[in-house]
Amino acid sequence: MMIILQIILFILTAPLLSGLITKIKNNLRMRKGQSIIQPYYNLVKLFSKDEVISETASWIFRVTPFIVLSSTLAAAILIPVFIFASSAHHMGDFLALIFIFALGRFFLALSALDTGSSFGGMGASREMFISSLVEPALCMVIFAISLQFSSTDISAFSGMHAITVSSVVAAIALFLIVIAETSRIPIDNQETHLELTMVHEAMVLEYSGRSLALIEMASYIKQMIFFFLIAQLIFPIGGLPLGNFVQMLLWVLWCITRVVIIAITVALVEVSVAKMRLFRVADFLGFAFVLGVIATVCAILGV
Amino acid sequence: MLNLLTNNLFLFDPLALFFLAVIFIVSLPSIVYSFSYLKGEYSTAKILLAQVLLLAFVLSMALVVSVSNCLIFLIFWEIMSLVSYFLVVFDTKQAKSIQAGLIYIVMTHIGTAFIIAAFMILHNYAHSFDFFAIKNACQAMPSQTKDIVFLLFLIGFGTKAGIVPLHIWLPYAHPQASSHISSIMSGVMIKTAIYGIIRFVMFILGVNSSWWGILVLILAVISCLVGVIYALMEHDIKRLLAYHSVENIGIILLGVGLAMFFTSLGLPYLAVFSLIAGLYHLINHAIFKGLLFLCAGSVYKATGTRDIEKLGGLIKKMPQTAAYFLLGAMAISALPPLNGFVSEWLTLQAFFLGAFNVIGGNKLFLGICAAMLALTSGLAAACFVKAFGVTFLAKPRSHYAESAKEVALPMRIGMLILAVLIVIFGLAAALIIKLLARVSGSTLGIDISSMTFSLNNFTLAPQTARNIYLSTPTLALWLLIFGIVGFVIYRIFGRGKSVIYKTWDCGYYKLDSRNEYTATAFSKPFRVAFSFFLLPYRKTQKIRESFYHIKSFSYETHTTKVFKKYIYDPVLAIVFKTAKAMRRIQLGSIHLYLGYIFITLLLLIIFIGQF
Repeated sequence: MMIILQIILFILTAPLLSGLITKIKNNLRMRKGQSIIQPYYNLVKLFSKDEVISETASWIFRVTPFIVLSSTLAAAILIPVFIFASSAHHMGDFLALIFIFALGRFFLALSALDTGSSFGGMGASREMFISSLVEPALCMVIFAISLQFSSTDISAFSGMHAITVSSVVAAIALFLIVIAETSRIPIDNQETHLELTMVHEAMVLEYSGRSLALIEMASYIKQMIFFFLIAQLIFPIGGLPLGNFVQMLLWVLWCITRVVIIAITVALVEVSVAKMRLFRVADFLGFAFVLGVIATVCAILGV
Repeated sequence: MLNLLTNNLFLFDPLALFFLAVIFIVSLPSIVYSFSYLKGEYSTAKILLAQVLLLAFVLSMALVVSVSNCLIFLIFWEIMSLVSYFLVVFDTKQAKSIQAGLIYIVMTHIGTAFIIAAFMILHNYAHSFDFFAIKNACQAMPSQTKDIVFLLFLIGFGTKAGIVPLHIWLPYAHPQASSHISSIMSGVMIKTAIYGIIRFVMFILGVNSSWWGILVLILAVISCLVGVIYALMEHDIKRLLAYHSVENIGIILLGVGLAMFFTSLGLPYLAVFSLIAGLYHLINHAIFKGLLFLCAGSVYKATGTRDIEKLGGLIKKMPQTAAYFLLGAMAISALPPLNGFVSEWLTLQAFFLGAFNVIGGNKLFLGICAAMLALTSGLAAACFVKAFGVTFLAKPRSHYAESAKEVALPMRIGMLILAVLIVIFGLAAALIIKLLARVSGSTLGIDISSMTFSLNNFTLAPQTARNIYLSTPTLALWLLIFGIVGFVIYRIFGRGKSVIYKTWDCGYYKLDSRNEYTATAFSKPFRVAFSFFLLPYRKTQKIRESFYHIKSFSYETHTTKVFKKYIYDPVLAIVFKTAKAMRRIQLGSIHLYLGYIFITLLLLIIFIGQF
């Protein structure tokens, strides 16, 4: 029951977060910008459009949107939002999360190669390059977090109340990782369609219509999952206090606010830095890895 | 002289049975596959010879893991090496085979020499070659001697396993053999070396100090990374897979090394858990690498080339082979819910659980090793996106690929069996972990009754308080449900049609296979990022017709094989130099040679008289 509720909530609210970031970015650039609910309009539009499938493509191209969406949703049910333990927490742990995301990415990269377009190949190559460098950093961050609880169980992490030096450093590292994973500046740029700078966009370039809608949906949800994780690290909050109505309301409000704070930070970063050259990504993610190591050292020292 | 044959010659303990299972699980599908793979390649007599050699090879491996006497072990070990050498050089028409075989036989004998040295030291203490006699004698052995024996075993078996920097023969020998042989060599034969390490170092010698485990872990991490980085640069599909064997041996050794490390720290349950992870990855690697080599063989049989730059679009010509290769690629990239995911998860978990239980700097060491494993699995995924994408997807890049046809039924059956096993070993993880716990517990001599492994819940009492969870069936179920949800959304909300049309070509209207991304281009970011290790160099050549018009342009890029260039080549140079110097005493006179023999004999008699 909780799982279904959580999934519906993720599907319904995830696009809003992207809309919010775009809105903030536009306002910061002294533009009026699109409406905050523009992502929903986009999705509706995509669902009603015809879809073009390349004649070169095989079945890989057709099944990929479903695999990407299903792996993202499977990751989403692992994250406990309402209670200490997600009801699906017996399915896997923090480490399984890395691999579940890898499943969707693997197929997305294959589908990009499937159409025979050089854009797709370029996108796939870059995406796999970035993601393979993300993995050690993410593993290090998870390591630092789990050291504090002596467990890789996500429910242990969600139950945390106090904030430590280690979790703050881990949160910063995770923030850098999230920038890479959600294709944001300075790693990638969601707004561009210039072949020199595209990564994620190049991969999904051949998708259109409802298939594209599913893939977009999946990336919104993925972004939401990562924001939740950072929020939990840096603004820890216990489970939903059952019973008292006012407390519950405050809890929900704070729960939303902290994710919004992360979104604002991402928007600020995006407008204030320039996109990096692809090969500098290694340095950027190397820095995230080093932060992960520092977080681990802090966790070992018990601070 | 020695009472060699007093005790039982065979030992069928859980460890031996496990390795026998691994050998037969991979060998049987490969044998089925070989029937139609060999057809048309050679003459009937030669095929018969090939099959006899194959059976001898499988049998020798089975005997290697089931004997209980060092001397007999060595005999079968040598038979295994020689038979596999014959299989590598089977295609005698190719000069490459001969060269590959030479590198293989030299390396494998260097390894065997170290193993013999270790056995001789052990025999000196035990005065017997029987495993249990040696095991008993080892308890009274001084620790320096143990260290030396450990290092000898590590180098000896490490050569066979292909850990870096002793991996040099693997990328030559594996691609040169027939594909079903490569699948057995890579899937099983190199595992007998892991058997050797587990049997002789952990079971017989007993882990002495914690640096053993640390050394194995460091070598394993290096093997993982070097293997996968070289694999990314490789365009010969079988050589790519051979480099992945180096990587996966590294992952298996991570589990084994952790088990050694925890044993020496006095954490027996974690040692059992780590060894489970290592053994699980061992059998998984045997299955998916076996499958991938068989698929590569099918591609070679259908197209006549192993260069993936010349392939492409095979998913439409060979749909079944493509599906099997995809499954194998997913498994080796550790994607859920397949078997590779389970074992890599277990290995990572072993690192994490270990870190919760050790103190201080060891925690950080384990964490960084775990992160390197994560990097390896990320790079492996990238490599298999390249391998599968360039070989099977998009348009054919040459006439080799255009004329490909699906392979014959026995070959498909061989692949199907392994593909089914991949899924089973992924979904039935709980059951297999339970079985492996028994193997691991009996090898390490630890009572495992307090450890519980249910479907999704592993408790390693008493060393970890919390339970850890992983349930691949649940995960598979949710993935399926959400996939269906996605499909329903797609059908209900998606009102548009699906139109089949050309790939978008920026208005070029002539998009063909030459516009596709190549494997070289795909691996470019990795080549740049790891240039400190790969030392790439490129050669460009422009032929100009006039100042403005370039008639042709050639571009070549290579990477430097650092181990070959900076370790093996200098050593080889010294060997040749010495050989040249030695030639001076070879004057061709038989009297002189008789004199040499006589002097040698005298020296030997004097030498033996010392004892």
